[in-house]
Amino acid sequence: MQRYLIRRFIFSIFAIWATMTVTFVFMRLLPGDPITTMAGPEGDPAQIELIKQRLGLEEPVWVQYFLYIKSMATLELGDSIYRRLPVTDQILEALPRTLSLSAVSFAAGVLIGIPAGIISAIRRYSIWDHVATLIAFLGLAMPGFWLGILLIIVVGVQLGWLPVFGYSPISDGLWPWFSKLILPALATGTGFGAILARQTRSAMLEVLSQDYIRTAYAKGMRERVVIIRHALRNGLIPVVTVMGIALAILLNGAVITENVFAIRGLGRLFIESILGRDYPVVQGVILLVACIFIFMNFFVDILYAVINPRIRYTD
Amino acid sequence: MAQDTIQAELEGQRENRRSFRYFARRFRRDKRAMVGLVIIIIFVLCALLGEWAAPYQSDAQDYELLAPPTLGHPLGTDNVGRDVLSRIIVGARISMVVGLSTVILAAIVGIVLGVAAGYYGGWMDMIVMRLIDILWAFPNFILAVMLVAIFGLGLTNVIVAIALAYIDDFARVIRGMVLMLKEEDFVTAGRAMGSSDTRLMFKHIFPNAMPPVIVQASVFVAAAILAEAGLTFLGLGVSPLTPTWASILNDARPFFTSAWWLATFPGLVIMLIVLAVNFVGDAIRDINDVREYGPGVTS
Repeated sequence: MQRYLIRRFIFSIFAIWATMTVTFVFMRLLPGDPITTMAGPEGDPAQIELIKQRLGLEEPVWVQYFLYIKSMATLELGDSIYRRLPVTDQILEALPRTLSLSAVSFAAGVLIGIPAGIISAIRRYSIWDHVATLIAFLGLAMPGFWLGILLIIVVGVQLGWLPVFGYSPISDGLWPWFSKLILPALATGTGFGAILARQTRSAMLEVLSQDYIRTAYAKGMRERVVIIRHALRNGLIPVVTVMGIALAILLNGAVITENVFAIRGLGRLFIESILGRDYPVVQGVILLVACIFIFMNFFVDILYAVINPRIRYTD
Repeated sequence: MAQDTIQAELEGQRENRRSFRYFARRFRRDKRAMVGLVIIIIFVLCALLGEWAAPYQSDAQDYELLAPPTLGHPLGTDNVGRDVLSRIIVGARISMVVGLSTVILAAIVGIVLGVAAGYYGGWMDMIVMRLIDILWAFPNFILAVMLVAIFGLGLTNVIVAIALAYIDDFARVIRGMVLMLKEEDFVTAGRAMGSSDTRLMFKHIFPNAMPPVIVQASVFVAAAILAEAGLTFLGLGVSPLTPTWASILNDARPFFTSAWWLATFPGLVIMLIVLAVNFVGDAIRDINDVREYGPGVTS
């Protein structure tokens, strides 16, 4: 196990390095460059020179690459080209918004998806199962932005129940923070909840047909105890794997949802900076996303071994 | 001769379950799958017929701006008086083309990578898998956004970007199948009888790896259609001038609260086609009993 962990850790570092290298190449391949955008197509040569120097673009590419890796490794992400603010500040400003959105979306997905899947499995082919299955299929098929739009129109505008735009920091109070996140979180979390529901249902069905469940019933245990103490424990193992991709699903979703609900989070920052060729910001956001993502997977693998002691990572 | 006889016998054992007739019979009995198939056929027809099937020219403008659904305009008109139904029918083409061509592209590349990694193993596996791991470190949709930003807008670029961004799942599934199958007795038997690598791969391993690949392909088509819609919504789509389902929605953004039909119908058709693809994919999975994949699960 220990050796496995060390290997995984080394691989994670490698993956982050590779990701950053790919990003570097991507950024140089992007059509258009920040210099012409900043100085205009017929910009003053002296000004262009100045911009080049400030951005370190006059060095040969391999020197740029070396400096880039060094700055990434030391987390000196530089300044945004346009807003002239340190990238770190911009990311730190956007991060809590995206994390809040992801956390509430995750909670919504788990709270809806897992119970729905369990009910579907233990009352298979009942009306509840059919309704849950139908909703799960619809949730999987709905484009997140469309669901967002519908929620804004119906709940936000027609009914006027909830605010529909922007974000309030949690320091402004729990309710203002939460109320503005409910609709975006539903838009992001529904697809995730649907995947969880389907996965939970099939995993639970698998477990419920096992001998030890029958034995538990035969011993005269109440259904609730059988389900909670015996079935859930094994039934939720495959669900944990889905949790591993939860972050990816939620981040993908956040890119779109933040756009629909005008939340200035990481997704917005990423889209804006990629469209504006703001290299340092794009690099910073990607570094962060890749790190979170790679270590999250690492963590899920460990969690997997903890939940299911039969899994032993060898080699 | 002897080799062929034994092979025919080996294949004959699975013939029953693998035959098309068996498949068609199970498929017809699945109500959801049939509903899905009908929806897909309707949209494919829309895509093929395009303007021919539409009641109006998709860019023809009526005097009635933002008219709610009536008999003349069953799904209403947009802000410049164009018939929404006609635009949705014409827009089917882009969704179908994106869904189909991304999956073909991704399947070809994914199969080459997956088979190379799984069958030959060793350093080939090492390189391919590390490449895939890197792709995997990016959430798919975010990667697609980056790729479109690099390639630029346009149909081909969107297709290539989506195919590349979502390819990792494909390659992983195929590699896993190949790894499992190449240890099977019938492959060893084929090898012992002197079959070449190519023959083993295409005659023995590949046909058996197909069911999960097809299931993965259906998941992929659904994801690709949703990805195209998302990209278009962010302004990174095919072209602002071509009507696509997502661009009809996007153009209507300022009028959402006053014209519910503009906010509803284009999204509804995206949902319908993805739903239909998922239904059909699920049915294929059930028939082949490929357990390990949930519906629509892709990072």
